[in-house]
Amino acid sequence: MNRHKTGRPAHPVAIRIMHWIGVYAMGCMIFSGWEIYNASPSLPFLFPRWTGLGGWLGGALAWHLSAMWLLFADGIAYLIYGFSSGHFRRDLKPPRPAEVGHDLGAALRFRLKHRMGHYNAVQRVLYAGVIFAIILQVMTGLAIWKPVQLGWLAGLFGGYPIARGIHLTIMFGIVAFVLVHVALVAIHPRTLKSMIVTVPTETEESP
Amino acid sequence: MNGQRNKPAVSMAEIKPELERLSRRGFLRSALSLGSLTMLTGCDLSTHSGADAALESILRFDDRVQAALFSRQHLAETYPASAITRPFRFNAYYAEWQVRSVPDNWVLSVGGLVADRRPWTLQALMALPQQGQITRHICIEGWSQIGQWSGVPLGVFLRRVGADLSARYVYFKCFDGYSTSIDMASALHPQTILALDFEEKPLAPQWGAPLRLRIPTKLGFKSAKNLEAIEVTNKYPGGYWENQGYDWFAGV
Repeated sequence: MNRHKTGRPAHPVAIRIMHWIGVYAMGCMIFSGWEIYNASPSLPFLFPRWTGLGGWLGGALAWHLSAMWLLFADGIAYLIYGFSSGHFRRDLKPPRPAEVGHDLGAALRFRLKHRMGHYNAVQRVLYAGVIFAIILQVMTGLAIWKPVQLGWLAGLFGGYPIARGIHLTIMFGIVAFVLVHVALVAIHPRTLKSMIVTVPTETEESP
Repeated sequence: MNGQRNKPAVSMAEIKPELERLSRRGFLRSALSLGSLTMLTGCDLSTHSGADAALESILRFDDRVQAALFSRQHLAETYPASAITRPFRFNAYYAEWQVRSVPDNWVLSVGGLVADRRPWTLQALMALPQQGQITRHICIEGWSQIGQWSGVPLGVFLRRVGADLSARYVYFKCFDGYSTSIDMASALHPQTILALDFEEKPLAPQWGAPLRLRIPTKLGFKSAKNLEAIEVTNKYPGGYWENQGYDWFAGV
C-alpha cells in the first residue's frame, strides 16, 4: 500500500471550480449585503463605506439580486455533485463527538496534522456547518425577498422582520467561518495550492 | 389585445432606450471601494458601463421571475388594529417639512388606454366601493411598519373607467414630483387600493393626501402618495426611483 499518496487529487477539479465560483458569488453577496444593511441598520453600527459593493442602495441591490443566481447555481451544482460523487459521504460524514473533541483539542494546541484530501473531525463539522448555513441563508434571503408570494417561507422564519434578523445573523456566522478558514489556510499555505492545482491525496501523515 | 396577455411584463426591445439611458447612471458609483476592486479583479476596470449593463439585464430577468412568482391569489398578511406601528414613520424622497399641500381644485386625471378620460373629484372617488386593510409596508431599505389604509380597489376603478385590462403598465404621477409604475397583474390584485384614508381618517398631507396608491404586494416606494394622474399604457413608463436603478417590479 502506498503510505503517502494515492492517485486521487486532494480536491477534484469540479470542487476547485465550484469553490472559486462560490468565493466570488459569496463575496458579492456579503459586500453588497453590507451596503444594503447600511441603508437601514438594525444594529447600532454601520459597515465601513469602502467595504460596500454597488456604491448605493440601488447598486448594492442590483449586485445582490444578480449574484444570488450565481450562488444558487453554484450551490445546486455542488449539492448534486456532493451527493452523487460520494464527496459528502466520504469527506463530510458527521464525526462522533469524541472525534471532534480529540481533533479540536489537538488543533487548539497546534498538534493537528493536516493531510491533503483528508478531512479531520473539526473540518467536517465546520464545512458541513457552513454548507447548512448557506442553505439557510438562501432560504431566509428568499423569505425577505418575497415575504408575500413566498409567505409560507417567511412564516417558517417567524415573519418578515425576524427573517431579516436571521439573515443578518447567519451572515455573521458565514463571515466568522471565512475568517477561521482563511487563517487556517494562511497557516497551511499548501492547502491553497491544493484548491488551485491538482495535488495528490495523502493517505497518512505527510512525510 | 388578447395575444398580449401571455407576454412577459417587459420585453428587451421595449425598454432598450430606457436601458441605454440608465446605463449612464453607474451601479459602480464608488468604483474604488474594496468590494468592487475585489470583485472586479481580473476584469478590465475601464468597462464599468459593461458591468452596469450586465447588472441591468439581470435585473430585467429578475423582473420576469418576479412576475412569474406573482399570484393574485397570494394575499399579503393582514394584522389586527393592535399591531399598527405607532408612531408611523414618514418616508419620501424629501424631508417631512417639504410635504406639499393639496392643490386647490384637485382632481385625479385619467389617461392612456381607458374609455372614459373624465377627471375624478374626491367626492366621486368616495362614492365608489371602499375597502380597508391593515398590512405591512416594507421599505426597500429593509425596515417595515404596519399601517391601516382604506379606499377604492384599483381593479374596481380601472374597470369603472373602462381601462384596457390587457395593457402592461399602470403609471402614477404625483403632484410632489414623484412617479412610479406597476404591472397590470399587480394593479388588479385584490389588495391594491387607491387609498383615501389612513387610520380611518382622510389622508393627511404627509401620508399622501388626498389620494395615494397602497399596494402591499410591492416594496414601499411603489405606494405613491399625492396622486394627480393615472395612465394605462403599453409603453414602459419607469418612475422616480426606477429611473435611478431600483428594480422595476419590486414585488414582495
